[in-house]
Amino acid sequence: MSQKEVLRLEGIDFDYGSQQVLEDIHLHVEAGSFLGLVGPNGSGKSTMMKLILGLMKPDRGEVSLFGTPVQSFKDWSRIGYVSQKANSFNSGFPATVFEVVSMGLYGKIGLFRFITKKHRQKVREAVAQVGMSDYLNRSIGQLSGGQQQRVFIARALVSEPDLLILDEPTVGVDAQSVQNFYQLLKSLNQDNGITLILVTHDIGAMTDYVTDVACLNKCLHFHGGRQEFEDNQDTMMQRMYGTDVHVLDHNHDHDHHHHHHDHDDIKELQR
Amino acid sequence: MELLEQLTFLERGIIAGLLIGFTAPLIGAFLLVRRMTIISEGLSHVTLTGITAGVLMIQTAAWLEWVNPLYTGLLFSLLGSLAIEKLRQVYKHFSELAVPIILSGGVGVSAVMISIAATSYTEWYNYLFGSIVTVSLNDLFFSLGVGAAALLILGLFYKELLSLSFDSEFAAASGIPARRLNFIFSLLIALVISMSIMIVGILLVGALITLPVAAAVLFAKSFRQVMILGILFGEAAVIGGIISSYYLNVATGGMIVLTGVILLAGAVLVRRLMDIFSSSRKEESTA
Repeated sequence: MSQKEVLRLEGIDFDYGSQQVLEDIHLHVEAGSFLGLVGPNGSGKSTMMKLILGLMKPDRGEVSLFGTPVQSFKDWSRIGYVSQKANSFNSGFPATVFEVVSMGLYGKIGLFRFITKKHRQKVREAVAQVGMSDYLNRSIGQLSGGQQQRVFIARALVSEPDLLILDEPTVGVDAQSVQNFYQLLKSLNQDNGITLILVTHDIGAMTDYVTDVACLNKCLHFHGGRQEFEDNQDTMMQRMYGTDVHVLDHNHDHDHHHHHHDHDDIKELQR
Repeated sequence: MELLEQLTFLERGIIAGLLIGFTAPLIGAFLLVRRMTIISEGLSHVTLTGITAGVLMIQTAAWLEWVNPLYTGLLFSLLGSLAIEKLRQVYKHFSELAVPIILSGGVGVSAVMISIAATSYTEWYNYLFGSIVTVSLNDLFFSLGVGAAALLILGLFYKELLSLSFDSEFAAASGIPARRLNFIFSLLIALVISMSIMIVGILLVGALITLPVAAAVLFAKSFRQVMILGILFGEAAVIGGIISSYYLNVATGGMIVLTGVILLAGAVLVRRLMDIFSSSRKEESTA
């Protein structure tokens, strides 16, 4: 195992009853990379994240974080998590941005210990990092989708993680905010050296920012550098979705053909 | 100690009442954001089952005379909250079923035991609707002890409970032991309900947990404000209820709840007026 290995999945199987969700997944993530994990709805992406976070146990295989098997991993503050559900949280929840971001420190502070001045300073820094300082005492429910998502990033960043996992973070966020959001992720990766795993079904927008791509649909169909992915994109999509799909780039002038398909997943890709 | 012994029955009732007015909204704030306020109704009815069980134990066996029905009430309330948690897992897609199941089951068992126990109507009435004038010194000690325990637990686990209530998945992913804390939270609800029974009674305890925070959340911008405003509304309801019931010579528990309802109605009205005022001001500034 290399020193720089952040995450390793070894022969992971998982099923919900009779339905096989993940099959023989092998995946290594090196420190400093920005991995885009793509796949259609129901491809097992979120399940894989839950296995990585130790929220569920695989039926077979092993997950290791920073070289430690997940079941004995204790240092959870090294991992920041922004869930898909963050978009559909109870928006009436009476909590300020400050309170929400503070929650990112609670696991690290530990039981029977209290939040100190130093922690409050950390919270303010994390909020500043995502450009939300003006909203520190605003109620989370009053913010736009894009602003809320920034707050949830700050909540994940405040514990100063080495690995940040984002599960469909841009669902329900407007297009302009999505671009800014990806820009923020890129700078976290390049300037702060945080390893990122971004789970998404929005392939086009993501490829401008990531360093590596992995394609999942029950099995891992591809894992490699961004360039390799772009060169083989069409065959990859065909293998993953089982149809002839072309991915539309949002702002590249690659010469992709624009096809029309009735498949739901494909529509999402062409958003 | 001696000071407490010298208190009149009314003073004992007032102390217990103020303690409840402080503690119930704190629990209520967490139940509110977890969308679980209904659980207080279910557990208060299970507490009645425990109380009837306690009364029956005292009657049937001389060696069980030391039993205080409030203790058995607390025990049943705790068991009930665990049963609700379990049922919520069994009926993943119909988790709201858990409370009515426990509530009706609890009331059914209580009805059977009440019919067996030959206790006066007044005693049951006191358990159902509360009675400030029958708060004994032992009851007050029970109330103070349980209240102190509840506040201590809440203080110790505040940050974990808040994170868990806001986003349970994130809390678990950040290393917070979710299961154990859910158990602690169940214990907390059981404690607060059992300490409130004497003053407001089983049928009204849910009101003290719910009404103050329902009023508070109309104005609160933060979770901390929900708790602070909730305590203010809670204490106002307790004090207003005790004073008005004294002068009107009516049931205290009922008057406390009624005061809470009036305060809530006032809060809704004020909120509406604030909204209308602020939107008309906005229109003026844009015009």
